[in-house]
Amino acid sequence: MLEIEDLHVKIGDREVLHDINLTIREGETHVLMGPNGSGKTTLLRAIMGFSGLDVTKGTIRFKGKDITNMPIHERAKMGIGMLFQRPPTVSGLKLGKLLAVTSGDRVGMVSEYARFLHMDSFMDRAINLGFSGGEIKRSEVLQLMVQQPDFVMLDEPESGVDLENITLIGNAIARLLEKDVHIVNRKKSGLVITHTGYILDYLDADFGHVMCDGAFRCHGNPREILKVIKTSGYKECLACQKIQER
Amino acid sequence: MPEDPGKMSELSPEDRERLTLTGLEVEMKNREGSFFQVDQEIRQWTSLNEGIEVLPIHEALRKYDWLSGYSWNLVKKDKDQYTKYVADQPEPRGFVIIARKGSKTIYPLQACLFLARTPVQHVHNIIIAEEGAELHIISGCASASYTKTGSHIGVSEFYVGRGARITSTMIHNWGEEISVFPRSAARVEEDGVFISNYVCMQPVRKVQMAPFVELAGRNAIARFSSIIVCTQGSYMDLGSVARLAAEGSSAELVTRAITTGGTIISRGMIEGAARHTKGHIECRGLILRDGVIHAIPEIKGNVVDTELSHEAAVGKIARDEIEYLMSRGLDEDVATATIIRGFLDVKIAGLPDALQAQIDAAIDSAEKSGF
Repeated sequence: MLEIEDLHVKIGDREVLHDINLTIREGETHVLMGPNGSGKTTLLRAIMGFSGLDVTKGTIRFKGKDITNMPIHERAKMGIGMLFQRPPTVSGLKLGKLLAVTSGDRVGMVSEYARFLHMDSFMDRAINLGFSGGEIKRSEVLQLMVQQPDFVMLDEPESGVDLENITLIGNAIARLLEKDVHIVNRKKSGLVITHTGYILDYLDADFGHVMCDGAFRCHGNPREILKVIKTSGYKECLACQKIQER
Repeated sequence: MPEDPGKMSELSPEDRERLTLTGLEVEMKNREGSFFQVDQEIRQWTSLNEGIEVLPIHEALRKYDWLSGYSWNLVKKDKDQYTKYVADQPEPRGFVIIARKGSKTIYPLQACLFLARTPVQHVHNIIIAEEGAELHIISGCASASYTKTGSHIGVSEFYVGRGARITSTMIHNWGEEISVFPRSAARVEEDGVFISNYVCMQPVRKVQMAPFVELAGRNAIARFSSIIVCTQGSYMDLGSVARLAAEGSSAELVTRAITTGGTIISRGMIEGAARHTKGHIECRGLILRDGVIHAIPEIKGNVVDTELSHEAAVGKIARDEIEYLMSRGLDEDVATATIIRGFLDVKIAGLPDALQAQIDAAIDSAEKSGF
């Protein structure tokens, strides 16, 4: 589904990602961990194709096609979707209006998902304007459910969300990633940034990656990695000599 | 030479389309009354509502002696050269609408002022909503497709009685070489509501106006909303002035302005002259192509217990907003247009659906021409 080869990314004069190699196959969910500022969000933004960062080396391939220089909307149309940790407020633009555009006016589907996420009363609200942490995430998940991407990137889906909402969001994301579909038939893939790991209670992740200073530090079982980080912090990762070969 | 336009329904298809863009229903569907003036000739006037009278001003002044007390009362004859010009005309033209006590319109009345051949069109309008009456007016002002130059000077006096409500929506569709000088004033009595909306998204040489409202009765409310797209070569000096003269009264002045090369001066002034009053000015501007947006909000408080505020912001569409929508699959042009549409989408509380639909249609039309 996604193959990243020797990716190097600069913001201004500073190299913020280097030597990134990552392969995510159909049906797989990967987890991305790492201290603040290590480059996790930048990697997601580079995959989505946002401006403000320069890919100086390497390639990003999606469904076999080189998308390294493809415009954002074409990547979205190919099946890449992203849940933003802090999406911008688009004042004036109603959530319902955007969903009408992205769904191609499939009103029934939009209202079904909106009800599922308790967002039906937000259709006439400007996107993200005055939304609480949980409401922002529910709005993001709703937009993704309407978009139906094949590859879903989730930037800290649980941050700022209370316990009640996390169940709702967790279940919705599980649906997005077809966790209810038998593993053999599962087509959707995901890449999830998490600090707390709470979201992993709802998604069985297949692989974990730890990122430090713009590069992968190790790869392995996501729950095992999380356990180490929770008990010893990222310093354990930095000190660890058992770095897997890339 | 184009034919002389008679009734609205006899206009050329092109001019009918120009009028439709100002919110006018040539076939009178969903309208409770109509007034149609071409240059200085009044072609048509009618009201389908028994409680509401629509008359040409010269006839109304002959019919009702008391009306002279309402004429040149809120707008002074010697206010400026334009009011003097209108006042000096031996034959006044324009309309009078009187909504009798307790009468209500469901559909709006439409007034169409059409500039065809005369170099200067002048009108004087008086609109009265008596106690408890509810009146919705849509004024469409346009010039004929073949009219390249000219001026329109319009004096309007609005009287909102006790507990009455007037919604006035004015949509302009002039030509590139036409100058427009509306001179309006309103007086709102106790518990009265005056909602005034102005929409101009088509080229014009110059528009200059600053309607004034006096909140004269307790708890009177005024709200002015302007939705403007200013194209290259257009100069729009627009403002509104509210005086909170009675306890509990409030005013809100909201502007959404876009320049695609023209100059917009957006003024707003609220004076808090009585206790327990509230006023707010909001101006937001987008500069899409090099042009000028000059926001000048003013607030003046004279007494304790008046709360006045203003906010103004001028800038460009944020890149992260465009890219956010692109990440949902919208291409850059559609994402940009969607954001601009949202920016202009000022939902006006209490606006009848028919008037909101006309504002939406004006935005649609501007969107089609690429803002």
